Amino acid sequence: MAIAQPALPKAKVAPWNDPVIRGWFFQIVVIGAVTLLAWYLVSNTLDNLHRQKIATGFDYLGREAGFEIGDTMIPYSPADTYARAIFVGMLNTLRVAILGIILATILGTLIGIGRLSPNWLLSRICEWYVEAFRNVPLLLWLFLFYKVISEAFPGPRQAISLLWDTIFLSNRGLYFPVPFAHDVHSWMGLGLLVGIAVAWSISRWAKARQAATGQPFPTIWAGIGAIIGLPLLIWLFGGAPLDFSVPHIKGFNFEGGTVIQPEFTALLLGLVVYTSAFIAEIVRSGILALHKGQSEAAYSLGLSRSQATRLVLLPQALRVIVPPMTSQYLNITKNSSLAIAIGYPDLVASVNVTINQTGQAVENVLIIMAAYLTVSLSISLFMNWYNRRIALKER
Amino acid sequence: MSQATEAGPATARPARLPPATEQGALGWLRKNLFSSWGNTITTLVIVALMAWFAVWFVDWAVLNAVFTAESGQECVGKHGACWAIIGAKFRYIFFGSFPYEQHWRPLFAILAMLAMLVLSCDRRMWSASRLAIIWGVGSVITFLLMLGEIHIPVTLIFVVALIAGLVGYAYRRRVAENAERLAYIALAAIGGLYLILRILGVVPGVAVPIALFSYVETGSWGGLAVTMILATYGLAFAFPYGILLALGRRSNLPLIRGLCIGFIELIRGVPLISLLIMASVMLPLFLPSGTSIDKFLRAQVAVILFAGAYIAEIVRGGLQALPKGQFEAADAMGLNYVQRTALIVLPQALRVVIPPLINTFIGFFKDTSLVLIIGIFDFLKTASQALVDPLWTGFPGEIYLFAAAVYFCFCFSMSRYSKYLERELNKGTQR
Repeated sequence: MAIAQPALPKAKVAPWNDPVIRGWFFQIVVIGAVTLLAWYLVSNTLDNLHRQKIATGFDYLGREAGFEIGDTMIPYSPADTYARAIFVGMLNTLRVAILGIILATILGTLIGIGRLSPNWLLSRICEWYVEAFRNVPLLLWLFLFYKVISEAFPGPRQAISLLWDTIFLSNRGLYFPVPFAHDVHSWMGLGLLVGIAVAWSISRWAKARQAATGQPFPTIWAGIGAIIGLPLLIWLFGGAPLDFSVPHIKGFNFEGGTVIQPEFTALLLGLVVYTSAFIAEIVRSGILALHKGQSEAAYSLGLSRSQATRLVLLPQALRVIVPPMTSQYLNITKNSSLAIAIGYPDLVASVNVTINQTGQAVENVLIIMAAYLTVSLSISLFMNWYNRRIALKER
Repeated sequence: MSQATEAGPATARPARLPPATEQGALGWLRKNLFSSWGNTITTLVIVALMAWFAVWFVDWAVLNAVFTAESGQECVGKHGACWAIIGAKFRYIFFGSFPYEQHWRPLFAILAMLAMLVLSCDRRMWSASRLAIIWGVGSVITFLLMLGEIHIPVTLIFVVALIAGLVGYAYRRRVAENAERLAYIALAAIGGLYLILRILGVVPGVAVPIALFSYVETGSWGGLAVTMILATYGLAFAFPYGILLALGRRSNLPLIRGLCIGFIELIRGVPLISLLIMASVMLPLFLPSGTSIDKFLRAQVAVILFAGAYIAEIVRGGLQALPKGQFEAADAMGLNYVQRTALIVLPQALRVVIPPLINTFIGFFKDTSLVLIIGIFDFLKTASQALVDPLWTGFPGEIYLFAAAVYFCFCFSMSRYSKYLERELNKGTQR
């Protein structure tokens, strides 16, 4: 380091040929154009809003909404605020999205594995399923399911009754009994949480023991036992309350019990069958991507079929499966907004009514975008974390 | 021959045929349907279910079905499909509320678009000039048929002349003959001169009208033509714009990169419906008061914005798959950014992404059905609307299955084409 580097003569470049200056010039031009466009749009919008005497700001959220919502998870009445109406819609979106993700994953995995079945008939049927459902718009499936449920099923008085008149299937939806609220239910919920914690620690302990001694432990059965057994025990000790609110016909509709509404059923069914076709293809390609030697090596080590699948094949297939699966989960969440077409009160439906009532389009569209971006980013973050966890650890 | 067989064990015995249960139809059945106990049970269960379903379906769709009827009343109580509704409504389903005696116009517009798409699928047509001719002629025919008259502003012609002159000059400056170079300069000069005069207000803005048929406004459009226009032109405009976004996202300039990432992720993070609602309620607010944009155009803009962000991500995949050496070699040859991108990078990157692009196109073709939420009569909407007729109410299954079959034909053939193309384009790497 003692020898001083002779300074290289700086190349003489004309400023319009200097890449750095050029870069800044183009960036300033683009940003300037975008800013000008934004300014133009915003000033037009403000001008138009002023002209049409539409208020700006989010004050309206605190005002009375005044519209009914057919399907709510939390208590809601038209006297509540817009903010609560939008929140109710958001909860409905989350409910259908989460259920849709779980069911579509299960169904899609089954179909995807079915396509690889050695049984020719089964694999052909799974292939037809995939082609039929993914080549037709989701919205069409939603319309079809909704119309068939609401028009082809009988009315409440002629409802199809199952299980000795406790479950009713009609064009008002599926009515089924629920237990009356009881103190022991909250304790059962607590028991469930404790059970999950116990199952988690069992699995950690079993892993550590297997790593140290090679002794396997039936983690899955112990875990299921803890998660189901604890709430069941609490229920038994709590006096085993068995009072159900059973639906029965009263006037023109049912009373008691609880209901899965036709809009929700059609939306969930549509989302699940449509997305499961895509998930099936992802699962299939993930399994096909595995080298045949992997399963052969696992069998030659003496692993059983289920052990080979669980310990060798699945962890590797998941690496291929998880990234495209993430985008399917995002699609389910975004596609749940099609609810508006069949009248399920999701976030977009609530906000759309709000737009029509208040005229404040800008704020409301911002709310929709912010809500979906938050959900999308959360799913992305979770799946990226999961992906990193299962990714090949390279040194 | 007989000598050889008697010669003893030194020569091989002719191989015996495999047992009858291992070959031919029987062998195939054994191998694919009855290879094990579990397999046999699966096969039998599936055959039973399929037989039950087939009996029910044939009963419903053929034996008890009503194929011709004056109104839906004749189908009630028949316990079968009412295909008569398709016969009664198919003109409305395919053409919407386009003037009835003019239905041949959307029909030929659909055929023109189909021809345009089919021709573009042929690899021999994949050159800029041929595609430009196909799409130019096809688009003029389509819109002339749909609208009845189109007005081409003279200014647009001169803008095209200016751009063609500038681009031609920039590319061919070093290689072209003197005459060709002069032609580019002349084109650009004429275009530029006219534009300057137009801006100064010396020449008035006039449009060349081509009016062959009666004018039909976009509000009366409906059916398959609307779905096809939204999907085809959505993609046609989104494609170049998606490429620009992808290039911006891969750019070294931080501000441009940030802008493109923000835009792409914003669009991809929200559902198409929210963009459509935005286009239908917010676009009118964005423009100076007094101006109004056609509802159809608003939906088209939303579809283009949406498609662009998705196409950008696919093109980015192609750009990333390109080895770094290609970029470096182009730099070493002394090509500038535009030349490098247009001559070296994009031709290779786009080739890789054609199959996924077609899959995206299938997605957009299906997603255009969402425009019915903002009140545009696309194919799915006209099909649903056919059920509203009091004479024919109550047969959703028949109508939607028919619409599903039409969508299926389009999407399935596109997905087959994408698979075929994937094989064709990979021929060089498969030995």
